[in-house]
This record gives sequence, structure tokens and C-alpha cells, in this order.
Amino acid sequence: MPRLEGPVHFRAAGFAPKDRAWASAATLLGLLAMWQASASFGLIKSLFLPPPVAIATALWHLTVSGELWKHLSASLMRLFVGWTLGTVFGVGMGLAVGLWSALRSPGMAIVAALFPIPKIALVPLFIIWFGIGEGSKIATLAFGVFFPTVIATAGGVDNVARGLIRMGQSFGLSTGAIVRGIILPGALPAILSGFRVTTSIAIVLLVAAEMIGAERGIGAFVLSAGNLYDTDNLLAGIVVLSVLGLIVAWIIGRLERALLSWR
Amino acid sequence: MMGLRLILEQVSHAYRDLSVLDGITLTAAPGEVLVLVGPSGCGKSTLLGIMGGMLAATGGTVSVTGEVAADCLNPLTYVFQDFALLPWRSVAGNIDLVLRARLPKAERQARIAEVLALTNLTEFAGAWPRQLSGGMRQRVGIARALAVRPACLLMDEPLSALDAQTRDLLLDEFAAIIARAGTTTVYVTHNLKEAVRLGHQIVVLSRRPGRIRATVRIDRALTDRTARDPDLLVIGEELWRMIRDDAAAAERERVDAPA
Repeated sequence: MPRLEGPVHFRAAGFAPKDRAWASAATLLGLLAMWQASASFGLIKSLFLPPPVAIATALWHLTVSGELWKHLSASLMRLFVGWTLGTVFGVGMGLAVGLWSALRSPGMAIVAALFPIPKIALVPLFIIWFGIGEGSKIATLAFGVFFPTVIATAGGVDNVARGLIRMGQSFGLSTGAIVRGIILPGALPAILSGFRVTTSIAIVLLVAAEMIGAERGIGAFVLSAGNLYDTDNLLAGIVVLSVLGLIVAWIIGRLERALLSWR
Repeated sequence: MMGLRLILEQVSHAYRDLSVLDGITLTAAPGEVLVLVGPSGCGKSTLLGIMGGMLAATGGTVSVTGEVAADCLNPLTYVFQDFALLPWRSVAGNIDLVLRARLPKAERQARIAEVLALTNLTEFAGAWPRQLSGGMRQRVGIARALAVRPACLLMDEPLSALDAQTRDLLLDEFAAIIARAGTTTVYVTHNLKEAVRLGHQIVVLSRRPGRIRATVRIDRALTDRTARDPDLLVIGEELWRMIRDDAAAAERERVDAPA
């Protein structure tokens, strides 16, 4: 019979990744430094890829001249209205699909058929329907936000523990009270996760819609800078979009922290 | 006498072709604790669901008769095995949910304070369910059920998710609370110690399809019973003799059943 002798070694290490904030910051700063150094030593031509300092200078000029706010305010208005419309209708439809059998199959069939359509392809149609002004751009955003919101909300409703709904029914709560008190709060984590996706989709669609027939807006600004090979301003516009995405993600994070503090 | 009588006549239930309950006739008298015991899969929880209107029986009738207190908000009230607490509501909030829209705020607060005191949870009113132990969560479930002043409590294995020590402690609390409230109670359990500690009438179900195999009566007040009462231990052993073969057969069926 084989004999075993010796200490027992710890073997359960690893598979537990940790976040290190300093590593994220160091990586980004390192990349920026390498990027700047490559341009400063002439390794990369500024027309192909302007260095960070040139982009920062362009951003500064845009800010002090008021140009940035002119474009950003137009974009923010479209983003807010389009996203809100898509979200309100999407949550409503998602709840209806999640709650009522009569709407479930027809609703999901519509979502399955229309969700995969690239919304950019519909912009010309929206221009015919809603005109070249704000209507078509807002409709593009709302339409793009609507479908993922329906899917996130319906999935959230499906995932609410049936036992909790039965509890509500067993206490004789009305349908409205069960929806308000059990289903909506239970589906909220999924709905808020959906917001993270839909805000990103909204920013992508915003830029695309503004590139077609807009005079103001970050998308229009980026297009115009690109047409003039003004790569400093082009990248400045892209940085603004990236920061916009970060701010929106931060707001949703705060919202999650406030509304889901029970987790 | 104030109280609800729960009457089942020839209740049967089947899931498609699978018969789970067959011809159950029984009565829970006002203020009585009726305990349902039997092997796994004999239909105890299904029967409880039928009693409370959460499941439609495929045969037979369930009816109630008796006077209900004027302040009763939900005559037939469940206490759940898994507590069924809303994780996004505090202890007080969970109780408030079932009172909201039925009572003015001041009355709700008074009832919440009363049932929290009754279940020794006053200082945990603002706690989240995740911050509580299993035993405390089930006390919240009991407090919530008592808050609607039920005429009949329907308890589905309320202690089975808890560890043995907590179960013993809570069992004594249940006995005291039920004795004080004087509510008609139907209590489903696998645990025969719980059955003899709480039951005035213990109904033994056979394995599937569940039929009434025996009914044992214990005419002693809950407040006069203890966990180590020799008479109750004898009754417990008698119940186990009745159930043992069925329990073993039910266990074999479970192992043999195709996945």
C-alpha cells in the first residue's frame, strides 16, 4: 500500500481577480505618455494621430470659444429626449410583455423582428416621417433604446421570484399593489443594467443621426472636422463623446447605488 | 365561538395524469392546530395550497365557516417555508406592504409595532432581511402573517430551512404565539417533533397519491407541552412507525425516477 507523508499544501489560490484602481490609472497614463512621446519624437505624424497635448489644446479652444457648448447642448437635448422616450415606452412594453400572456407572444415577436435591424438604416425613413429637424434624430434614438429596454424589463419581470408574487397574492394584494410593490422593485436591477446598455446605444445612434443632416451636435462637429482633415478637432469631439459616456455610466452607477442599496 | 372552521370534502388533485391527492376529507376546528405529516411527495404542500386558494383542486370542495374578527384583513394567511420576504424592504417595510392600502398610516404603524413586539423584533424594524439570521427572518414571516389578524394560519414547513437549534427555539415561540392568538392553524411538516409539539389534530398522509392514513388527536393545551414530554415522544414514535415504510418507499421512488 503506498505511503503518504509530509505537509498538506494550500492549493486553493487564484481564480479570485481583484480590482486595482491604481493599475487602471497607471495603464491609461502610461498609454497617453507613450502616445505623446511617439508624436514628440516624430514616430507618428500628427495628421494621422494627433498627440494628447494637441487634442487637449483643441478642446480648450473649443471650450473658451463657446463652440463646444453649442454642439454639446444640442446633443444633450437629443440624447435626453430620445433616451427618455425610448425608455418610458420600453419599460411600459417590457412590463406588459412580462405580465400578460395576451401581449407576451405578439410583443416578443415584434421585438425579435425589429430589434436586429440596424437603426442607422432607418434614419432616411425617419427623415421622411418626422422631417430633417429634431424629430428624426430623436426618433432614431428612441427606437434604438426601446427594444433593448423591452428585453431587459421583460427579463427582469420574468426573474422576479414567483414565490414573492404568490406571497402577495396570498395576502390578497391587488394586481396594482403586486406590480408596484413586488414586480417593479424586483425587476429594477435588470432594468438598471439595461440602462447601461441603452445609454451607450443612444450615444452611438446620436452621433450617427447627427452625421446625417444636422448643423449642430457633436456628431455633426466630428463629421465636419473629418471632412476638413482637422484631426485635432475630430479627436477632441471623440474625447467629448467618451467623457459623455463615462459621465452617463457614473450617473447610472449612482442611481444603482441609491435604488439598490438593499443588495 | 369566534374562529374559522376549515372543511375539506373529498379533495383530490392531479398534475395531468399524476394523481397526488385522493379523497381528502378533514376539518380544522376553530382555534385548533391541524398538522399534516407524511412522506416526501405525498401532497402535503399541495393540500395546503388548495386550502388557501393558491391552487385549484381537481376534485372535491374546500370551505370555511365561522365568524371572523372585524379587524381581520386576510382570513387565510400563509407562512412560507422560504420566508418570502422582499429583500428591498426593511423588516417593518415587509409588514407594511400587506397593510398598505387597507389601513391608515397610524393604524399600520401601531400594528407593525405590536407584531414586532410579539415576535421580539422591535429593535430590528429597520433592518434589511439579508442582515437577519434564518430564524429571525421566519419571525418576520410570522409577524407579517399576524399583522393581518388572520382567522386561519397556513404554515408550510416554516422551520425546515433553519438549523436544528434555531428550529427548537422557534418551535417554542410558535407554540406560544399560536396559543396566544388562538387562530385556527394548519401546519405542514416532515418533523414529527414539531407535529406533536403543536398539533391538536395530526393527519398522517400516505405516499402518493396522498390519502388520509390516520388521524391522531392530542387534547392538551400547547402551553402545557414541552419538547421532552414523554407522552408526546411516544406519540411521535407511533407516528414514525406509521410513516416509516411509506417514507422509505417514497425515497426509493425518488431515486428510481428518471431524470
